[in-house]
Amino acid sequence: MRNERLSSRIVPVLTIVAIIIAIWYLAAIWMNAPFQRDLDRRGNVTSTTMEFVGKTLSQPKPVVPAPHQVVQNVFENTFLRKVTSNRSLVYHSWVTLSSTLAGFAFGTALGVLIAVGIVHVKALDRSLMPWIIASQTVPILAIAPMVVVVLAAVNVTGLIPKALISTYLSFFPVAVGMVKGLRSPDLIHLDLMRTYNASTWQTFWKLRMPASMPFLFTSMKVAVAASLVGAIVAELPTGAAAGIGSKLLAGSYYSQTIDMWAALIAGSLLAAMLVTIVGIGGRVVDRRMGVQAT
Amino acid sequence: MPDHITRTNLRTHRTHGWPHRMTASPASVVSARKLGLTFQTNDGPVHALSDVDLEVEKGDFVSFIGPSGCGKTTFLRVIADLEKNTGGEISVNGMTPEEARKARAYGYVFQAPALYPWRTIENNVALPLEIMEYSKAEQKQRVQRTLDLVNLAGFGNKYPWQLSGGMQQRASIARALAFDADLLLMDEPFGALDEIVRDHLNAQLLKLWATTEKTICFVTHSIPEAVYLSTKIVVMSPRPGRVTDVIESTLPRERPLDIRETPEFLAIAHRVREGLRAGHSYEE
Repeated sequence: MRNERLSSRIVPVLTIVAIIIAIWYLAAIWMNAPFQRDLDRRGNVTSTTMEFVGKTLSQPKPVVPAPHQVVQNVFENTFLRKVTSNRSLVYHSWVTLSSTLAGFAFGTALGVLIAVGIVHVKALDRSLMPWIIASQTVPILAIAPMVVVVLAAVNVTGLIPKALISTYLSFFPVAVGMVKGLRSPDLIHLDLMRTYNASTWQTFWKLRMPASMPFLFTSMKVAVAASLVGAIVAELPTGAAAGIGSKLLAGSYYSQTIDMWAALIAGSLLAAMLVTIVGIGGRVVDRRMGVQAT
Repeated sequence: MPDHITRTNLRTHRTHGWPHRMTASPASVVSARKLGLTFQTNDGPVHALSDVDLEVEKGDFVSFIGPSGCGKTTFLRVIADLEKNTGGEISVNGMTPEEARKARAYGYVFQAPALYPWRTIENNVALPLEIMEYSKAEQKQRVQRTLDLVNLAGFGNKYPWQLSGGMQQRASIARALAFDADLLLMDEPFGALDEIVRDHLNAQLLKLWATTEKTICFVTHSIPEAVYLSTKIVVMSPRPGRVTDVIESTLPRERPLDIRETPEFLAIAHRVREGLRAGHSYEE
């Protein structure tokens, strides 16, 4: 039963992965072929089709690196380097992760705080919501360098400016989700509290907060991914010395396409890991709150 | 069996009707005089209640029966201060409904069990006790006692979804009984349950009423339920919601389920049905 469920979940995922890898290989051959043909013509090399395909998949600076090149790069820079090394993906991931987590923590706290205010204070409900939505229409790429530069001018550098960008991106889904969550209790549940003459805070802690938990974890999943994007974006335009963003930037400067793709993979894995952890946290809370196992 | 319940004053009043006088008895738990409630809607005012005069005395079991829209639930909600009357006067335990609510004078049982899904049954029953800041030991003891009272001992650590609908509703009754309110307001608590479960719960409720000596106001759609349970039946009619008949039950307080086959029972049920019909013809 359990095995059946596992395989029924994994098989479709693996199928899609296989299809993506196949397309990726074809794209790599197709995109790298012109350069390889050029190279062969100049060097007066003639090769069989198989040899030619092999060469398109092993260029040092390909237009599209082949999957195995990227995997090899990720493997080497993750496991074969010292974690303190500037080439280690673990090192760069950690730099990005630390500001992601700080920003995510701030953002979640801020989002919850704003939601609590909006739900309880009518004036905030009317005044704050439009601004919150407007805040997310401003392109983050425009704001990030300004924040970093302004803060650098007052001698705040390093983790905090990056974390602030993450906060800026992550508070939004939490605020919106929690407003919905804190308003999710049925009228009958609120009436019940009223018949007990419960105070606003009792209603909040005993009804609104527990009722909003599923909303909190759903929006935290979105927020943690947004935090990571914020941290990477904050590293891009500011010449940060380390982090996945700086790795992407350096890769594009020196046409180190394989490095760029490896950094991209590292970022994706990080995001998947973070979302999974939040998901597990949500399930633990669910279980403690007696949610029926499905 | 409480024997201090002797007389109730429950009277109807129509605008064009009979002369009436109010005898505000000191034992009266709920006392309404020319009570009216009008909702302002986009389609104009809706008269949910109009000129309702009513006395509920201590220890009464009063049923409110009538078709949808007759204001029976609204009347209960006015007693509970979940709605405000727009006309007339009402007192609960000699106070305004708001004061009574703040004094935690009543327990309210809704149409749905309204249990919090993230709390176990015993924690659901403990909810009002937590809010009213009873001590931990007192909470535990009261939860135990009220769960015993509704025959749910042993189910305390289950979650609501693990219980049947009837058991959930019993848990919600236990929750309303957990603190010291002498008045129990019940809004069609068994409406969503099947006939067999309902019969069983009705019998249990009567027993509970006898042991706890509470005053109960009970809203229902069902004529047999109203007749079986009540010392007094208030028949209401819609648009505007008003009282058309008040029937003092002549049934003994001890009521086995088969009392429903007796001529006396059927006579009262007949009078309720007549009252409901009269309310309808008035409308057309």
